[in-house]
Amino acid sequence: MERHFEKDLNELKERLLWMGSLAERAVHQSVHAVLEADEQLAKRVLEEEDAINELQIEIDDRVVQLLALHQLMAVDLRLVLAVSRINNDLERIGDQAVNIAQSATRILRHPRVKPYVDLPRMSELAEEMVRNALNAVVRRDVDLATKVLATDDQVDHYRDQIFRELLTYMMGDSSVVFPAFELILVAKNLERIGDHATNIAEDVIYLVQGQDVRHPSVDRR
Amino acid sequence: MNPRLRWRKFVSNFMLTMTGCCALVAVSVLFFILGNLVYHGGSSINWNFFTKLPVPVGETGGGMANAIVGSAKLLLLATLFGVPIGFLGAIYIAEFSGSKIAFVVRYSADLLNGAPSIIIGIFAFSIAVHPFKHFSTLAGGFALGVMMIPITLRSTEGFLLDVPRTLREGAMALGASKWKTIVTVIVPAAYRGILTAILLAFARVAGETAPLIFTALGNSYWSHGLNEPTASLPVMIWNYAISAYDDWHRQAWAAGLVLLALILVINIVARAILSRGISVPRA
Amino acid sequence: MHASVRQAVSVNITPPVTTAVSRETAAPAELRMSISKVNFWYGPKQVLFDINLGITTSKVTALIGPSGCGKSTLLRTLDRMHETVRSARLEGQILLDGKNILDQDVTQLRRRVGMVFQRPNPFPKSIFENVAYGLRINGSKLPMAEAVEKSLRHAALWDEVKDQLHKSAYELSGGQQQRLCIARALAVEPEVLLLDEPCSALDPISTAKIEELLVQLKDLCTIVTVTHNMQQAARISDFTAFLLNGQIIEFSPTPQLFTKPGDPRTEAYITGRFG
Repeated sequence: MERHFEKDLNELKERLLWMGSLAERAVHQSVHAVLEADEQLAKRVLEEEDAINELQIEIDDRVVQLLALHQLMAVDLRLVLAVSRINNDLERIGDQAVNIAQSATRILRHPRVKPYVDLPRMSELAEEMVRNALNAVVRRDVDLATKVLATDDQVDHYRDQIFRELLTYMMGDSSVVFPAFELILVAKNLERIGDHATNIAEDVIYLVQGQDVRHPSVDRR
Repeated sequence: MNPRLRWRKFVSNFMLTMTGCCALVAVSVLFFILGNLVYHGGSSINWNFFTKLPVPVGETGGGMANAIVGSAKLLLLATLFGVPIGFLGAIYIAEFSGSKIAFVVRYSADLLNGAPSIIIGIFAFSIAVHPFKHFSTLAGGFALGVMMIPITLRSTEGFLLDVPRTLREGAMALGASKWKTIVTVIVPAAYRGILTAILLAFARVAGETAPLIFTALGNSYWSHGLNEPTASLPVMIWNYAISAYDDWHRQAWAAGLVLLALILVINIVARAILSRGISVPRA
Repeated sequence: MHASVRQAVSVNITPPVTTAVSRETAAPAELRMSISKVNFWYGPKQVLFDINLGITTSKVTALIGPSGCGKSTLLRTLDRMHETVRSARLEGQILLDGKNILDQDVTQLRRRVGMVFQRPNPFPKSIFENVAYGLRINGSKLPMAEAVEKSLRHAALWDEVKDQLHKSAYELSGGQQQRLCIARALAVEPEVLLLDEPCSALDPISTAKIEELLVQLKDLCTIVTVTHNMQQAARISDFTAFLLNGQIIEFSPTPQLFTKPGDPRTEAYITGRFG
């Protein structure tokens, strides 16, 4: 029997996915602002930040209302709690994208430090993680979520690589310190984006299986 | 076993036996009467009994046809008079009146119910016979009707009050006026009980003799219309039983058997209707 | 829920169309009924104190509160059912579409304001006759069969009884009987439907069915319901009034009352810390 709160639950999911789309787009645009030195793209990311933040507030309001008014159980309860957590991760992803965009505006004032090789690969991975995590939410796909968890290591690896490479450049030529430093920050932000995508994937597993897979080292009895 | 205990056991058994015997006596009286009637009157029940008028003493082949028809007319009149008054009166005290009036009406009905039937007969005489200077079936019907009123009223009231309040509220909440509620919901819900009440009142007055002596009197022939005196079964029984003739005695027994059989059948039917269930289930 | 694979995001994406929130949060629109300065006594004892309340059209208004707080009494004044009790006395004003109900003919009023009771109370008649009752006593000239079918459909009972309309109403289960009572009340097309703890005598599944029914019936008529189950009020109502000792402590849109109540007594009640 369909209950009328299902309509509210569906709307909640739609708002979350919309927020996810916006976050995904922000990441894509901010990274390309760096890679292509495109100031317009960077500006656009900064303009669209508000939309993401408003959505976070709206989704939290909906969550509170759903919990207070409908005594949700089991999968419905886990869905709403998962949405609440994913909400926060998406907002942080948005913040990271903004940071990248700000770095982009600073980087483009300097000549390019080196050809970008690892950075595009890393950013593609990070974007893919975000995309897969959101798809996992839509399709409640535990396998896809697990794949996201596995990809995190690669992203971390790229970050370390980029650090080392840019450090070498900075030590060799002090005029590139500013842009190189910003690039290191961009890599850091991308790594954080990967972490947030990982969190989202963990939330999907919790939602679908009721299993809390965070912090495997913690003993659960 | 000590003496005190033995005494107690003896008293207990004695009382058990005594009460059992009394119950047995109570039940067996009915069967005794029935048995007596069948024994003495059963042989006189024949086709003549139901179809022929009484014949002069000495002749055979007479019957009580006029008494049977007379009783039927009297009871019909009594029902037409007493039942509507009792029924509508019951509706009044169950649905409309305050508790004071209802108390007064109920009490009066109970007193009327307890009044000796011969007093009712005298009362009916003074109202329906004396002013008109002749006995009549109408007067007899009136007397019996008066006796039916309190029985009908009290029983009907009881069954009306048994109808749950929620049913009344349901009807009123739909915009039914009080009267419409009564007619369309309450009375239909209580109809079994009301029907039973009427049948029991009927059975009660079917055998009344004293009122009829003062009102319908009796008739050896057919009674025409409603203004003439009429024969009736109870009065005929009385007349024949105190007569000196054997034939008439036998006929009286037969009439008694018919009357009692009629009353028993009505009682059984009434209780069967009631036991088929009240129309309103307990929620 | 579209479960399709999401493409790599292009620059232009369109937002989904959603309603702002599915419940009432804005200021109340049109008021179907308004209760002002109502005081109520049973004999010498006062049970309602200075009640002021507006019932919004096409919304569900719930009255909650502990036992004996006066919520059922208040509900029953709305169709003047309190007049069945001799010692009842009402002061104040109750308007239906702007006109005082205390001045109108009471049987007319009760066609416009229907009531469903706590325990199902179908008449000892067939299912068909139960639903047709209101129409018949009001002298309706409508074709009965269609009207009965319409009401039974609105009450979500038609499919279960369409082949047994001649059967006695008492052969239905408790939940079905209650829906029958709702159909009976709906048959006369009331503007307002009052429900006095309609689910308290029913099992959880019947309760759920009736709750969904009430949410859908909003479009047909304005609904006022009393419930001692505040979760039910949270689930289905648009506005909730909290009563205590015959007074309205708080009256707000439901999402607000259950998340950020204004009065500490309301909060104590809904968090179960009462008493």
